[in-house]
Amino acid sequence: MARVLVAMSGGVDSSVAAAVLRDEGHEVVGATMKLWGGSSDSGCCSVADVEDARRVAQQLGLAHHVFNLTDDFDSHVVEPYVAAHAGGRTPNPCVECNRHLKFGSFLRRARQLGFDAIATGHHARAGGGSGGPTLRRGVDRAKDQSYVLSMLGPAQLGRLRLPVGEMTKDEVRRRAAAMGLRTAAKPDSQDVCFIMATNGGREAFLGERIPLHPGRVVDTGGRVVGTVPAVELVTVGQRRGLSGGGSGRRYAIAVDVAGATVVTGTERELSVDHLDVGELTWTGAPLAAGADVEVQTSAHGNPVPAVYDGGGGLCLVEPIRRVAPGQTVALYAGDEVLGAGIAH
Amino acid sequence: MAYLDHAATTPLRPEALAAMLPFLTEHFGNPSGAHAVSRRAKQALEEAREEVAAALGCAPGEVVFTGGGTEADNLALAGVVGRRGGRPVCSAVEHHAVLHATEALGGTVVGVDERGVVDLDALGAALGPEVSVVSVMLANNEVGTVQPLAQVAEVVRRCAPGAALHTDAVQAFAWMDVAGAAADADLVAVSAHKFGGPKGVGALVVRGGRKLAPLVHGGGQEQERRSGTHNVAGIVGMAAAMTAAVAGRETTNLRVGALRDRLADGLLAAVPGAVETGDRAVKIPGNCHLRFPGAESEALLFLLDEAGLCASAGSACASGAMEPSHVLAAMGVPRQEALCGIRLSLGPTTTDDDVDLALRVVPELVARLRRG
Repeated sequence: MARVLVAMSGGVDSSVAAAVLRDEGHEVVGATMKLWGGSSDSGCCSVADVEDARRVAQQLGLAHHVFNLTDDFDSHVVEPYVAAHAGGRTPNPCVECNRHLKFGSFLRRARQLGFDAIATGHHARAGGGSGGPTLRRGVDRAKDQSYVLSMLGPAQLGRLRLPVGEMTKDEVRRRAAAMGLRTAAKPDSQDVCFIMATNGGREAFLGERIPLHPGRVVDTGGRVVGTVPAVELVTVGQRRGLSGGGSGRRYAIAVDVAGATVVTGTERELSVDHLDVGELTWTGAPLAAGADVEVQTSAHGNPVPAVYDGGGGLCLVEPIRRVAPGQTVALYAGDEVLGAGIAH
Repeated sequence: MAYLDHAATTPLRPEALAAMLPFLTEHFGNPSGAHAVSRRAKQALEEAREEVAAALGCAPGEVVFTGGGTEADNLALAGVVGRRGGRPVCSAVEHHAVLHATEALGGTVVGVDERGVVDLDALGAALGPEVSVVSVMLANNEVGTVQPLAQVAEVVRRCAPGAALHTDAVQAFAWMDVAGAAADADLVAVSAHKFGGPKGVGALVVRGGRKLAPLVHGGGQEQERRSGTHNVAGIVGMAAAMTAAVAGRETTNLRVGALRDRLADGLLAAVPGAVETGDRAVKIPGNCHLRFPGAESEALLFLLDEAGLCASAGSACASGAMEPSHVLAAMGVPRQEALCGIRLSLGPTTTDDDVDLALRVVPELVARLRRG
């Protein structure tokens, strides 16, 4: 039996994760991270969510604490998110929050407080054995969250429990309802937790923090075909607002903030047969050059086959749409996560 | 288990519970009515008002019962500004009940020195004819600093003669003769649960029949200053707790002050690098505030809780998360060090065993956190 600190967001998945571990006989304590000091209309940070987590912990007979990690969240998630947009990249703040907060600050705090492991409500499976820790897709493939955990290394995975990864979402909700937990029917969190959809969304959030510049829209031949109100808000792969007056669908294939220019192209021009990634991390031993992998470039995207070049390159067997710089590229072998990098 | 969080709340005094019970059972009347059942409740209410007035050094008609200290502070500030216009001025170390009310009313904030004592020159400079109410607390809730209220009053009379002086005596009452110490204040707020009374009841002294704009409109109770059916049991309990607190105050202060000194001196000696916040010469006896650089208070409080010691970092937000203290910031404590501050607050029920437990577990747990 282990001493486990469960990160309870106030949602149904982490509620049930705590219950499962308690029922397995572990010594369980719940903790909610206060991440965002500003306004929020969703996700993990609001006072109402903390109250839900606290109440669930009470119902389960668990001690519950709140950790104020707003400074770390600002410096590791929000500020890089804003800076990346200012540079024309499209970051994945949930991945960075997992990397630096849940499996950084929170994990360090847990070790400091004498816990053997931490647990979260992610739909993925953390295993271990003679070959070292592993990370696999959740049993409920439609709810699989292994992508946002793909940047974890063995040191983190070895101290991670993911009890609901073995369950379907329906099973999670049924279990919560059977225990009378108030989070049983709570909707899944959506989007980026620190950006209020009801208050202008991403555009308003970034507009308050960085200057937004109008830009030219050009085609791959350099001809100007239109304008955009804010070049910092355009993402590679985006189609909305970029078709100009011309015929056919046009997509952003490059964003040059310094030059205030968005290059657009056809779907064929958007596609690539090679990906360059940086900041590679591995769940176990690094892959050798020439290894076959599957590549997933968004949280719920389809994995596609590729060959790893041993550096930071991936040769795709079939072309895919260009990946926005800053996005996480997760590498799989079937259900198992092998590693991850950030698209250049 | 050791409870060293008396600044957050105190256990109900037996005298208060005994006084309250009849008004939760047979004497259930609404004191605003006209019949025998009401008259019994009204009699208790007015007896309690006299008892509270005696403890606070005012006339019974100058006592306004409220739903706690926060409401009393808000009534003082918003009541004056609502009635007379102008704006408030307060010190930077006020409780949020005053600080946020001041901000909401467009007021300004005056700094303090490294002990947490308000800067009288800065206060004078901040005052002027447009200031209608000045709020400086009697004793601070986080670090225990006692303000020189007579000198504050002198500055206010000189620089803003028309302004009312309010003092938040919520944290002070358990330890200080508020009747004397706040004699120069026009408005004085107290809260029952900080001195052995029940939660959800407090009082505002309003001297000299000063008119206040009410926060709560309704049946016109409390001379049109605070409508709503009286919390008779709570008010009776507050009065009984006040009388008991005043009667035992001198001996409690000596006994608890000695315990606090043993606790603070013991921890300063046992924990390398420990820093005491504030100056014990100008503190209430129940406050021990220490900083252990390298050991974040959020983690330390978690471990102390597991070790059976209830303490606090002084200030928590609505979610329950620890917030960086505005009091320590105002005193010039660097943010990183402020995040390593803990408040051990003692009360009349604190024992030698409580202090022994703290002296045993705190140094060991700080050392553990510093090891990482």
